[in-house]
Amino acid sequence: MTLIKTQYNRRSFIKVSAAAGGGMLIGFSWLNGCKPNTPEPEAGVAMPKEWFEINGYIKIGDTGMVTIYSPNPEIGQNVRTSMPMIVAEELDVPWENVVVEQAPLNTGWYQNQFAGGSLSIRLSWNALRMAGATGRRMLLEAAAKEWGVQLSDLTASNGVIKENVGERTVTYGEIASKAVGIEVPKEVELKGVKDFKLIGSSIKNVDGKKIVTGQPLFGLDFHRDGMQLAMIQHPPAFGMTIKDFNEAEIKSMPGVKDAFIVDTTLEEPGGFDEKGFKQLIAIVGESTWQLMQAKKALKANWETTGELESSEIHVKRLEKALMSGEVQESRRDGNPEAAFKKATKIIERTYSAPFIAHNTLEPMNFFANVTEDSAELIGPTQTPEALEGSVSKLLNLPLENVTVNMTRIGGGFGRRLYVHFGVEAAAISKKIGAPVKLIYSREDDMTQGTYRPTYRSVYKAGLDENNNLIAFTVKGAGLPEGPVFPNRFPAGAVENYSAEKIKAPTNVTTGAWRAPRSNFTAGAEQSFLDEVAEAAGKDPIDFRLELFDRAIKDPVGEKHEYEAERYAGVLKLVKEKADWGATKPNVHRGVAAYFCHSTYVAEVFDIVLNNGQPIVEKVWCAVDCGIVVNRDAAKNMIQGGVIDGIGHSMYSQLTFENGAPKQMNFDKYQLIRHSQAPKEIEVFFVENEIDPTGLGEPGLPPAIGALANALYKATGQRHYHQPFVTEKQVVG
Amino acid sequence: MANFNLKINGKTQQLDVDPTTPMLWVLRDHLKLVGTKYGCGISQCGACTIHLGDNAVRSCQLPVSAVGNQEITTIEGLSENGDHRVQLAWLEEDVYQCGYCQAGQIMNASAFLKKNPNPTDEEIEGAMNGNICRCGTYTRIKKAIKTAANSKIA
Repeated sequence: MTLIKTQYNRRSFIKVSAAAGGGMLIGFSWLNGCKPNTPEPEAGVAMPKEWFEINGYIKIGDTGMVTIYSPNPEIGQNVRTSMPMIVAEELDVPWENVVVEQAPLNTGWYQNQFAGGSLSIRLSWNALRMAGATGRRMLLEAAAKEWGVQLSDLTASNGVIKENVGERTVTYGEIASKAVGIEVPKEVELKGVKDFKLIGSSIKNVDGKKIVTGQPLFGLDFHRDGMQLAMIQHPPAFGMTIKDFNEAEIKSMPGVKDAFIVDTTLEEPGGFDEKGFKQLIAIVGESTWQLMQAKKALKANWETTGELESSEIHVKRLEKALMSGEVQESRRDGNPEAAFKKATKIIERTYSAPFIAHNTLEPMNFFANVTEDSAELIGPTQTPEALEGSVSKLLNLPLENVTVNMTRIGGGFGRRLYVHFGVEAAAISKKIGAPVKLIYSREDDMTQGTYRPTYRSVYKAGLDENNNLIAFTVKGAGLPEGPVFPNRFPAGAVENYSAEKIKAPTNVTTGAWRAPRSNFTAGAEQSFLDEVAEAAGKDPIDFRLELFDRAIKDPVGEKHEYEAERYAGVLKLVKEKADWGATKPNVHRGVAAYFCHSTYVAEVFDIVLNNGQPIVEKVWCAVDCGIVVNRDAAKNMIQGGVIDGIGHSMYSQLTFENGAPKQMNFDKYQLIRHSQAPKEIEVFFVENEIDPTGLGEPGLPPAIGALANALYKATGQRHYHQPFVTEKQVVG
Repeated sequence: MANFNLKINGKTQQLDVDPTTPMLWVLRDHLKLVGTKYGCGISQCGACTIHLGDNAVRSCQLPVSAVGNQEITTIEGLSENGDHRVQLAWLEEDVYQCGYCQAGQIMNASAFLKKNPNPTDEEIEGAMNGNICRCGTYTRIKKAIKTAANSKIA
């Protein structure tokens, strides 16, 4: 058991209560004003008549039903289940008694209410445990007071408090009313990892039933009576702005209420205000279809204000940057140039990847209701606090007058870290003086920008006469940010090493895309190491383990970002599980391992050839993410990462002509489909007691390397330039 | 604008709407049946899949004027209590991540299984290839379809 100081006190509880206007937290209801926000329990206990707020995460009903507020945005990473699981574990309540509600943005109660960097669980692990443990302790204290016994005379488990000696019992529901009056403890005890009952098990998604029955859950599903719909049109190319449009004609079209140019320029934009176009044409009406017709009838004059870039320009710019670009970050150990002179074998390869779009299946949208002195925002955002700030700046409203509620989110992948669509909805609502839901068409969404940057990297390795890796260098350029992590593997494992991260300009807007930079670097580096291992005549896993051995026993340089033992650990685990080394007829294997978001993942791909066509038959994944919270859901994350990695490296790209992406919808922009996915993906976790680390992103990066390496074994062709489909490769 | 009487999920719905309006937007905007999702608008992603009679169709490409007397079933009407064998299989396999595409996947899978109750893996892939899952839950979807096919529930 760990003793941990709480950060709660009654004063902050009261302060937050007052700010929220009476109730401690105003839960978000789908049918605002139509019916109270009552949870729908699947089973367990009866609906309570009275609820008691224990703290910002927990509300207990008189029947023993427990509402747990999930603080972070749910983008498919399953935090709406796993975060409440952690609270319920320490509260020690049966999961059947728990209902989950999405908390609104509340910076007074919660920290880190965002979905990014695979950080939700990692950053809130202690806060969630503490919330549960605090609640449990207060319930225990209330029972002790009631019965006139010592706290140490009582045990709380599964929602029931019992006397250690004696026969009295009381349920959480029965004592909750008394617990509210208990002073928040200054210290609480946390469970030992061995005592976990819920954490580490597999709990089904709390929204499962609603998803399979099509209940309104997503931002695009939100409706409020009296609300208008709006669509936007942005300039057709990066480097263009809007001059004017056929306003009168558009306004006269059926179903169109208003049309105007909206400007969402912020004087001091923040990091999540990145956006392609600050001025947009907005069209307002009551039916999406009529707005889509109005969009088709738009005749606008655009002005060219910047360079209209093309893919050819992008490639040239990256090549030039690799020769003479500005280095953003670098590392140097030993003397690589001298080592290359001594090397008996030198391997040098260039890798590249194109711009890609996030393409969340739910397009950008947001609801906004702006009045003279307030703004209410409801929708899919990964960064509600950034949205609150930007809307406050745009409308010149104090922060406390801006509220943000989060819907379930139809995919994030980094796209909804950027808040412009919420800001645009607020600007439109202000202009029309009515509540509005802004909807992007797929084409608006795909051509708006915020893309994964395009990258190009050159890797070079030198082997001595004994086939030892004596020099390793990487130079990587990106538009606009280079894809190099100078202190990641193989830094620390090679005597003579250098890494240079190089930037180059573009007016195409970019942003974080699932596992930023790692989503390219892992594939390039791990394919390259496969080629180096082959040149050295070594097994690719043994070759990597040798390098980790060096980093463990005699690390080169002052620091590196990874723990070599854990890195080697996932390789050893995948080696064992996949029975690496065993030869099976017509099975071609590739391996890769990568570390990002504090998590280690190794993957083995088995490819078979079916009439000459490569098929990913099976993928084996070994993962070290510390303590696994929700086991089957964690597997789902890794499986999704593998498929996402295959899909984007194999098929997806945005190409540019005259400043505009040529792909605007899924007819030209290829996403992976059922028949191209692996037939089976098996996931194994390293069992340890380390605090949980990231899961949303780390499954993706190694998939690209393992895929490329297995394809090489199957077809004899190495892959250097994504998407591999342009190198005449498909799978499935 | 024109008047239509549509049979949706066993009920008759009266509507006065532009006859070119795709069923997707009739369902979502006019009838507030928002389980049917918008993903691409050009029948490439399958998020808007509904049943027209026994056939899975893309509602973004189906003008309201083309429906006539045919019965429409949406995800909300697939079963009364969310207990269609395909829905139950989805729950059992805990398929979804973000969940946005899954109504379309379920509608396509349920129409497919009605026609082909014991499909091979290749037949499943072929039938489901028009439904994109951006989160990459394909292996679970396939498993759920097999679970549903083996289910004893009608």
